[in-house]
Amino acid sequence: MAPRTVYLRRFSSTERALHWVHASAFFVLLGTGLVLYLPRLSEVVGRRPLIKDVHFYTGVGWAVAILLIAAAGDRRGLRRTARELNLFDADDRRWLLGRRAPQGRFNAGQKLNAAITAAFAVLFFVSGLLLWYGERDTRFRMPSTILVHDGLMYASLLVVAGHLYLSLVHPSTRHALRGMTLGTVREEWARRHHAKWASAELGPASEPASADAADHR
Amino acid sequence: MSIDEPQRDDLRPYGRRTFLAIVAGGLTSLWWGKPLWDRLSPALRTAADVLPAQVRNLVPSGWRIYTVAATMPVFNRRRWRLKIDGLVEQPLTLSYDQLLALPRSEQVSDFHCVTGWSVKDVHWAGVRFADLLRAARPLAGAKALTFVSAERPYVDSLTLEEAYLRDAMLAYEMDGKPLSRPHGAPTRVVIPEMYGYKNVKWVERIVVTDRPVDGYWELRGYDRDAWLGHSNGYGA
Repeated sequence: MAPRTVYLRRFSSTERALHWVHASAFFVLLGTGLVLYLPRLSEVVGRRPLIKDVHFYTGVGWAVAILLIAAAGDRRGLRRTARELNLFDADDRRWLLGRRAPQGRFNAGQKLNAAITAAFAVLFFVSGLLLWYGERDTRFRMPSTILVHDGLMYASLLVVAGHLYLSLVHPSTRHALRGMTLGTVREEWARRHHAKWASAELGPASEPASADAADHR
Repeated sequence: MSIDEPQRDDLRPYGRRTFLAIVAGGLTSLWWGKPLWDRLSPALRTAADVLPAQVRNLVPSGWRIYTVAATMPVFNRRRWRLKIDGLVEQPLTLSYDQLLALPRSEQVSDFHCVTGWSVKDVHWAGVRFADLLRAARPLAGAKALTFVSAERPYVDSLTLEEAYLRDAMLAYEMDGKPLSRPHGAPTRVVIPEMYGYKNVKWVERIVVTDRPVDGYWELRGYDRDAWLGHSNGYGA
């Protein structure tokens, strides 16, 4: 029979909007932040006051946009997603220990990535605001703020590097990018990487497509 | 979906816990971050010394380049002049070579920025202010120096007492090399007891005055006397 590719909806438009607003703001903030941070770039690019403004207002705009999308979008769906990201079941714990275990819509690594990214976002925002206020009012100045902001940058670079590798480069996982752009993923891929979610959405596998379920994490 | 069934007893809220743990750690590190870093960084620097030079050069030196204008001033050795005027008997205009011909002093000192970063053991060479001003002969009413930067509109000032501290100088060399453009080529103020914003870069004019004036950052709320640990909201 002619196999017809079945697609499953993995991300709502609200979720995708949140993801891409966050991602674009991250790279604008990273680029402008590095110009402010690295002496060589500071010298080549110059225009520090302008770059500083772009960095600051991108940060503010990012936070406002995230809140607006969350408020105006599919709030129920977001709450369900947050719940899924929060809860780790026995299979997730097995997965984290490096064993093969069928995964839900998010695997345990994606759940951790979401928690880390959200926490970094809060810390970036708070430390960034403190840097901005501290320059205007010494009561908000703390000697560690800039170290915290820089440390977050290094830590998030590592996380983002891993995220980009898995979503753009690694052959087995990069189909996930389709889920974050178009919203849907192939059934066969979903059964392989997110077996429990795929069966919950489509019922148990009818073909041997799931024979190697959980073979790839 | 099975994961949504509330009666399952193998579900743990690790996502929320991870989030809260990182936020709590990060927020409290606003208090313990720098003390810890100050304790660790000597060991880290010793460890970094064994790395090959190419790798070591990739690690940021700790300096950040703060500027207030769109571009950094460009130093032209033949055309550059340092003007010394105001309350002096003999206003002076020094060329770069004339500046280098003055008595040379060297020192190793730490550099602290008011925003929280520091660079340890910077090797400076330059001219003490007493040596610099000798030929100009400050008048009896002279009390302070205003440093005008080629980076407009940056200025700042020091009292003569502060400028005559034994490790304050007008530096033209850093770590064995002529001062680079980001660090204020060809000359900058170095006063290690005070935060970096008093260490004016790209100095092209020194005005001797009867009182210190508010500099660029002082006009924006910073303290005029920027003593380390005792100004700008730090210390008592």
